[in-house]
Amino acid sequence: MPLTAHQTEGRSRVDLFEYQARDIFEKHGVPVLGGVVATTPDEARAGAEQLGGGTVVVKAQVKTGGRGKAGGVKLAHSPEEAAEKASEILGMDIKGHTVHRVMVAAGAKIAEEYYFSVLLDRANRSYLAMASVEGGMEIEQLAVERPEALARVAVDPTVGIDAAKAAEIVEAAGFAEDVRDAVADTIQKLWTVYQAEDATLVEVNPLVRTEDGAVVALDGKVSIDENASFRHAEHAALEDKAAADPLEAKAKENDLNYVKLDGEVGIIGNGAGLVMSTLDVVAYAGEAHGGVKPANFLDIGGGASAAVMAAGLDVILNDPQVKSVFVNVFGGITACDAVANGIVQALDILGDEANKPLVVRLDGNNVEEGRRILAEANHPLVTLAETMDGGADAAAAAAHAA
Amino acid sequence: MAIFINEDSKVIVQGMTGSEGMKHTTRMLASGTNVVGGVNPRKAGQSVEFPGDVTVPVFGSVAEAMKQTGADVSVIFVPPAFTRAAVVEAVDARMPLTVIITEGVPVADSAEFFTLAQQAGVRLIGPNCPGIISPGKSNVGIIPANITGPGKVGLVSKSGTLTYQMMYELRDFGFSTAIGIGGDPIIGTTHIDALAAFEADPETEAIVMIGEIGGDAEERAAAFIKENVTKPVVGYVAGFTAPEGKTMGHAGAIVSGSSGTAQAKKEALEAAGVKVGKTPSETAALMREILS
Repeated sequence: MPLTAHQTEGRSRVDLFEYQARDIFEKHGVPVLGGVVATTPDEARAGAEQLGGGTVVVKAQVKTGGRGKAGGVKLAHSPEEAAEKASEILGMDIKGHTVHRVMVAAGAKIAEEYYFSVLLDRANRSYLAMASVEGGMEIEQLAVERPEALARVAVDPTVGIDAAKAAEIVEAAGFAEDVRDAVADTIQKLWTVYQAEDATLVEVNPLVRTEDGAVVALDGKVSIDENASFRHAEHAALEDKAAADPLEAKAKENDLNYVKLDGEVGIIGNGAGLVMSTLDVVAYAGEAHGGVKPANFLDIGGGASAAVMAAGLDVILNDPQVKSVFVNVFGGITACDAVANGIVQALDILGDEANKPLVVRLDGNNVEEGRRILAEANHPLVTLAETMDGGADAAAAAAHAA
Repeated sequence: MAIFINEDSKVIVQGMTGSEGMKHTTRMLASGTNVVGGVNPRKAGQSVEFPGDVTVPVFGSVAEAMKQTGADVSVIFVPPAFTRAAVVEAVDARMPLTVIITEGVPVADSAEFFTLAQQAGVRLIGPNCPGIISPGKSNVGIIPANITGPGKVGLVSKSGTLTYQMMYELRDFGFSTAIGIGGDPIIGTTHIDALAAFEADPETEAIVMIGEIGGDAEERAAAFIKENVTKPVVGYVAGFTAPEGKTMGHAGAIVSGSSGTAQAKKEALEAAGVKVGKTPSETAALMREILS
């Protein structure tokens, strides 16, 4: 998984698949078409039959855009054809995402395509609704080339999208008279999704008017705020456990903020910003040592106990790509002696599993005591570094030499 | 002077009687912060003993604590599920400054209490932040007080440990104020707010601004610096070598209009006359050149 901005935010979000967004829309009364998720061609055939046996669309379920262009969306005129199309799409690679599921969706006769989204507006520390009567594929392009065609309406977080705000949005976007009420009603229901589910993004593209005049959310993207999971027990089921890297899954079990990267120097640090910075410093140091790179992002957070350190080292040492490890800790609330004890105990717990050189840089609270503990333990794999730059260089050199 | 807090700040702690609250109140007191009260409706009227023969009274509400003590700063150490109520209480009491340390606050709650704070005309710092320190004067939050002392550098950062690292790199110069604004998508005090305050603070001679990849806060700060900041600013952005993240939907990119990469942020800052380091040590070296 690539590193994303939210790694540094001390928080994360869950991006839903289209079929999950569809189900959540349906739960809150947003008009959607029938859709059945399938992981095999047989399930796709059964799904198409369940939807009446007529024309369906078989859509790859991947969390990336451009799947239509990549051949991940195909029309099928019979259940048999749906199974055929599903077998073509399942297993396909779309921008690095393997297709494990398809959604078999009822077909619709589309008269017009619109766009609607509501999301966090970081700059204004508020919410923003966007709507356009020119929906479809190229909404980003539209936003740049003809910004006037994309209405942006601020939404007060203490009020939300009520009837008046919905009317303001459809007015601003210039929806035709005959669909205004239906679109405004759908927008209010999409707001309910946003609020009730603790979403940070609800995007519908396209929102369509069918030939028989109905307004339907044809494709949806929803991101859910994981910080709100304490009030949404049901959201645990939405997580895509299959897609997670096995090391990432293991880290997650131990509540570690870990992202696998494609390099040789394992990284452990405390605090997302410092870890991100450590990745940079190691990558620069690697330029002088055969181009070695960071193997991961791992933030053990403020409470770096021995158990957390052991769990972190365990994850990193189990990455076959890792040739050396750089532990970079600035002791703040968790003092350096606690971190040093954590490292010593972690190496004890891991025993023979710990088999790669560790460069440790400690600074901050009780640093002398921390260094003394490590020096005294005198573990053959551990080297102490005086500075962050020096530690990065030593770890990169060790990885290159291995 | 210093920004947002000073030697006259009177601080109350919401969540003081919890384990985090106790630990950090002890630390704040030890670094000279004038902690005048705690808030816990179930323990109102009691008091808590801290090392050094300090007794801190517990009040039933923020409003009561303000009335009794003249407190003008609150710091919040309550769990995420209770943070919204705690902030709303402080805002309703018109607490001038509330520092929210809690990590993991739902962003919908932050959006709501930020809007309320704006309407009330009061300042929030955080959530998910290490707090703010004016060394030798006041320390509100969890920033270690012993890294460095008072001086002429102002520092604003999204990240906690990176704040400590940079304070450590420049420990021989000292700081007027260092503020960790938090990395959440919605935060009460931004880079721009802190830059404006440092610009106005006679004790601050130069400013370090630390950013991270994602969002466009640094780009907006760059535009602000160009127009409004005359003091020298040195910048650092973590995440130069981070692989590009996936984006979900199109809406985010449309809103920010920025790629959010470290390179984009560096370019924006440099265009505003800010010297940007590639690493913390290089950033510190740039500041040294300015100050010496």
